[in-house]
Amino acid sequence: MAAVQGGLVDAEEEKAIKTEPSSDGGGNNNANDGRLPSTSPGASAAASKNAAASPEDQQTLLAVLQFLRKNNLSESVDILRREAGLPEDSLDAKGADASGGGSGGAAGTAGVDGVDASSILSRVTAPSSAGTPAPTKTPAENQPDVNVVLSAYSQQGDPALYETYYSGLKRFIETVLDCHRAELSQVFYPLFVHMYLELVYNNHENEAKAFFQKFSGDQECYYEDDLRVLSGLTKKEHMRGNETLLDFRTSKFVLRISRDSYQLLKRHLQERQNNQIWNIIQEHLYIDIFDGMPRSKGQIDAMSGSLAGEAKREANKAKVYYGLLKEPEIELPLDDEDEEAENEEGKPKKKKPKKDSMGSKSKKQDPNAPSQNRIPLPELKDSDKLDKIMYMKEATKKIRLGPENLPSICFYSFLNAYQGLTAVDFTDDSSLIAGGFADSTVRVWSVTPKKLRKVKSAADLNVIDKESDDVLERIMDEKTASESKILYGHSGPVYGISFSPDRNYLLSSSEDGTIRLWSLLTFTCLVGYKGHNYPVWDTQFSPHGYYFVSGGHDRVARLWATDHYQPLRIFSGHLADVTCTRFHPNSNYVATGSSDRTTRVWDVLTGNCVRIFTGHKGPIHALAFSPNGKFLASGATDGRVLLWDIGHGLMVGELKGHTDTIYSLRFSRDGEILASGSMDNTVRLWDALKAFDDLETDDFTAATGHIHLQDNSQELLLGTYLTKSTPVIHLHFTRRNLLLAAGAYNP
Amino acid sequence: MAEERRQKQCSVVLPTESMKAMAESVGVGQLQEESCVALSEEVSYRIKEIAQDALKFMHHGKRRKLTTSDIDHALKLKNVEPLYGFQSQEFIPFRFASGGGRELHFYEEKEVDLSDIINTPLPRVPLDVSLKAHWLSIEGMQPAIPENPPPAPKEQQKAESTEPLKVVKPGQEEEGSIQGKSQGATAADSKAKEKGLIRLKPRSTHELSVEQQLYYKEITEACVGSCEAKRAEALQSIATDPGLYQMLPRFSTFISEGVRVNVVQNNLALLIYLMRMVKALMDNPTLYLEKYLHELIPAVVTCIVSKQLCLRPDVDNHWALRDFAARLMAQICKTFSTTTNNIQSRITKTFTKSLLDEKTQWTTRYGCIAGLAELGADVIKTLILPRLSVEGARIKAVMEGPVLSNIDKIGAEHVQSLLLKHCASVIAKIRPQPDTVEQYRTDYGYLGPMLCSHVMKARTQAALQAQQVNRTTLTITQPRPTLSVSQSGLSGSTGPRTPSIIKVPSSLTLMSPRPGTPSQPSPPATKYIVMATSAGAASTQQVITLSSSQSASPVTSTVPSATSTLQPLVKLDSGSAPGLTGSRPMQKYIVVSLPSPASSSLEPKSSVLPSSISSVPLESGMKLERSESPGANTQSPH
Repeated sequence: MAAVQGGLVDAEEEKAIKTEPSSDGGGNNNANDGRLPSTSPGASAAASKNAAASPEDQQTLLAVLQFLRKNNLSESVDILRREAGLPEDSLDAKGADASGGGSGGAAGTAGVDGVDASSILSRVTAPSSAGTPAPTKTPAENQPDVNVVLSAYSQQGDPALYETYYSGLKRFIETVLDCHRAELSQVFYPLFVHMYLELVYNNHENEAKAFFQKFSGDQECYYEDDLRVLSGLTKKEHMRGNETLLDFRTSKFVLRISRDSYQLLKRHLQERQNNQIWNIIQEHLYIDIFDGMPRSKGQIDAMSGSLAGEAKREANKAKVYYGLLKEPEIELPLDDEDEEAENEEGKPKKKKPKKDSMGSKSKKQDPNAPSQNRIPLPELKDSDKLDKIMYMKEATKKIRLGPENLPSICFYSFLNAYQGLTAVDFTDDSSLIAGGFADSTVRVWSVTPKKLRKVKSAADLNVIDKESDDVLERIMDEKTASESKILYGHSGPVYGISFSPDRNYLLSSSEDGTIRLWSLLTFTCLVGYKGHNYPVWDTQFSPHGYYFVSGGHDRVARLWATDHYQPLRIFSGHLADVTCTRFHPNSNYVATGSSDRTTRVWDVLTGNCVRIFTGHKGPIHALAFSPNGKFLASGATDGRVLLWDIGHGLMVGELKGHTDTIYSLRFSRDGEILASGSMDNTVRLWDALKAFDDLETDDFTAATGHIHLQDNSQELLLGTYLTKSTPVIHLHFTRRNLLLAAGAYNP
Repeated sequence: MAEERRQKQCSVVLPTESMKAMAESVGVGQLQEESCVALSEEVSYRIKEIAQDALKFMHHGKRRKLTTSDIDHALKLKNVEPLYGFQSQEFIPFRFASGGGRELHFYEEKEVDLSDIINTPLPRVPLDVSLKAHWLSIEGMQPAIPENPPPAPKEQQKAESTEPLKVVKPGQEEEGSIQGKSQGATAADSKAKEKGLIRLKPRSTHELSVEQQLYYKEITEACVGSCEAKRAEALQSIATDPGLYQMLPRFSTFISEGVRVNVVQNNLALLIYLMRMVKALMDNPTLYLEKYLHELIPAVVTCIVSKQLCLRPDVDNHWALRDFAARLMAQICKTFSTTTNNIQSRITKTFTKSLLDEKTQWTTRYGCIAGLAELGADVIKTLILPRLSVEGARIKAVMEGPVLSNIDKIGAEHVQSLLLKHCASVIAKIRPQPDTVEQYRTDYGYLGPMLCSHVMKARTQAALQAQQVNRTTLTITQPRPTLSVSQSGLSGSTGPRTPSIIKVPSSLTLMSPRPGTPSQPSPPATKYIVMATSAGAASTQQVITLSSSQSASPVTSTVPSATSTLQPLVKLDSGSAPGLTGSRPMQKYIVVSLPSPASSSLEPKSSVLPSSISSVPLESGMKLERSESPGANTQSPH
């Protein structure tokens, strides 16, 4: 449960960090180990021996040296150095580096190079070392002193040469063989950023600006947003407290490069003695080297774009139980109205096979499913069972969808919503609709003729006959019946909203940092869950109720239970705001989308991150699990929908077509159709079956994660439906596969 | 590309002058240049940071426009006090001023008289949020209801009509294939077509849905029916509804057939109604009318030049119809004339030909002249002015000769006033002063002396207008004195009509926020009610009495209580008018002349339906759909 401690970066304890080199022991140690040899590739062997002897002492010594030098105590430095027997020549660099190493650990560079990184190759051969990052990272993040983080940049190089270095590398990469060029080009962006930051950190403002001017245009267009942030940053003082920058520094940028390409790059840099660049690559980049064919430009582009590069391969290796839980067995009542018309003899016969088909499906345990009690789920109440029965009845009337049989779409427009509609949710049975507004209100409508009623007051409840059959009906106060109710309580725009599966509760998350639980029986607020402190962008109930997940500006997602005022789990790891959160249909996993342009899947039981999906080029605003739990769809501001195979941890499809942010994604009840709703005022329907069908799942792709995406968006697109002037912010398939969409009319 | 982006991203920094100005405003007298630079860099950086955070709130607010509240929230994130009370309805509230080598942007804060505010009646409470359901798609087909966008945008209509074999757009292709499916073609077929890359133009359906048929029926009935209020609504619908594309051929035929029949039957009222339909169609921005001009132009021209348009030519005011149709024709020429279709020159030729014909009747002659005159000053100059003396002689013969028929005399009178009206202004422009009666007589014959006085009048008027510094930006889309509502529907079609007809300007957009004088004040003092509606906010109404005389500014006054139909009136004197109404960025002014009791039907509809169409059949159609709306979820769309 490392994750629980992590997260909030708000408590700044600078004092504690002043003494940092020795204080954060174990974690640092490793990081430092890796750092030492990296000062210059040539000297790596010698240095590594040196370091290996007594890494901890070594580090302390270096830290002390650093401190002495800083205070101009040169004699002490000499003495100490002599006594410690450190070689003089490498000291300068090492001294500087030591602080870098320490800080790296402190800031939670996550020690990707982990246990043993004394030689570059060892990383290649033993990438499994990533088992350790979590522990190193966690204590680190508790003390994110910016100075320490940044001091890694304090190596002085000749600022004027940066341009030469960079353009030298650029020239080299442009001249290599085509097959390597695309791969090596990945280095450009992280290198560019780090060099720029180094220049800024060392107060070479003009050189930094010139450097930026000259090379920012070369970067991939999907980094534009980050470049914009960078361009504003021209002073060392600005670097304090700039989150984007801290992210970049504290998390190593991950690149996947084939062995051949990597060797090529390494040889080039060593030949040229291009230490500046080599240092950066060593310190700030994590290069995930694989054997085999170099990837093509298209393959790389499909996966890149996130704030911290691609996901490491081993990050997606954990086993995920994506299967569905066994449905509880519920006796279907025999008095089915439809059946009554049938003749008496046919009735039992027909009933039997039907029940069997239902039962057999649920009785057989899915091999990929988690065990039933992997996480404790609430007991089914009688009312839940009734609802399940209703659901099954409805399901029999479900329309089978497909490319030939498109769903009808009913659009709910919110009129006069001048204050701004920010979130919408439907109940699963489509009887209620709730809207969250920028004026802090939450409104609930009934879309069936059944009006919304409150429970009677306590005094009135005393009077009623509790034994009567219709007691549930009697407790409701007819006088309060109305089509809609307004819930007041938040003090900021309501960004997330979710009904509980039993329709008794409503969750809302808001800019004010709280999540509120509302009762739909009394239409009052029951609990305010505090913890995020910053805007909470999204919240969702688990499909089994009781649990819910939330994510916010504080970069963590939290798992809550309705009866606990503190979170049960904190999922931390995203490098920017968690913008959307979704529960897996089996409630064992949670998916989060983030502004760092990654999607992560978390295990509710352990709190670990089990999948990292990269490939989006903008903040992710919509997520949807397929009903069978196997696939995940994500939509982002870049207007693309990406499809992911959760089991294999692979991208399996890309749906292009939208021209603006996708705010809503939903699979049809049987998973044949994927509907997406966007800011560009359209609802689009995609052939999900075909998208998953075309999947080539040979072992090689599964092993390497290198997918060839066909550009078949146009074939998969089944329909585009334009609204007049209404952004589509929510979609929902009714139990009979009718698609409901909602948005605020925007004259 | 890269260049551009680099330019954009190049760090923009606030000018140091701003820093100085701000420092001065808080009492720091002399700030050193270096401090200014440092400050401005820091401030610029912080502003950028806040803007980037604010963007986040915009995204989560599901908007495309950054608002001040986003900035507030971003400030709150940074633990900075938000800016309380900063609200501006305008996009950028700053005014610009320069002078003395300094350029300043300042926030205009006007003195507000409290009593004014207190006495102002409260604006209407904005409507509450409500939910409305409609079918966006039914089994893959998007129904053509007003809640949905028009099935085919204008460009596509154009593309279809002009380049039928052009490669279809993706969306359209989609539509086509779906249509194909729905029409029974198997999907395999359509797929094969797509794969085989044989591009077939999708069959366009000419069948109207039941709703559309109902709509068509209701609209056409209302347009030619007797109820004026209904007609106004119907015309409004035609002029604004975006989904009429499929019904356009029917409307076009309806009009051309209608004109053909009613000209024969001399049914003036119906002809007028039909011309108003043409006008409404032309006003609809979503329709691509080019395909139907061959039907519409003959109909319009008929209404201009037909020998007889009414049963009693001596009494009925068919002249107004000719005027109106002539204006329509001019508008058609202006909008649709191209070098390929040459509409304008062909029309001009037609008119000139019958004008030159000796035997042309007075009515036709009137129409030809009106039609030509509406085409502009150049046409008048080259085609009408040379004919003045000839026409003058002809008029003289009727006026001063023996009275042959009353009808001829009336005709001649109308032609004469028409010629004077149109030619005077042109002559005033092209002819040097002085205006001597004799000179005019030699130049223009019989009409000379009258022309002379008209020209002089025109000149003084022009001079007057030049004097009034042109602060008036009120542009009324329809020129000339047509701003009067026709008599209420009860007065029916027969009976003597007042000299003005038609023209209920549905909505006039004023370019400037201040209600100034219209550029051409109409002769009698007319009262206008300006109803301003700005999105969602309250609507205010004010009454402006426009005196046609020289006074530059409109005299606005509280309307006498006699006009009980229009309740909330705002008293505004012209000075404070901009303060109240001018603050909203775009406003719609509906100008209605007051005396008519029918004007009540023109109150701005505050309905915020996706389309403001409010014709009865559609609404009932919607209700019908709503009752089986999926919310109830008891009926499947099958």
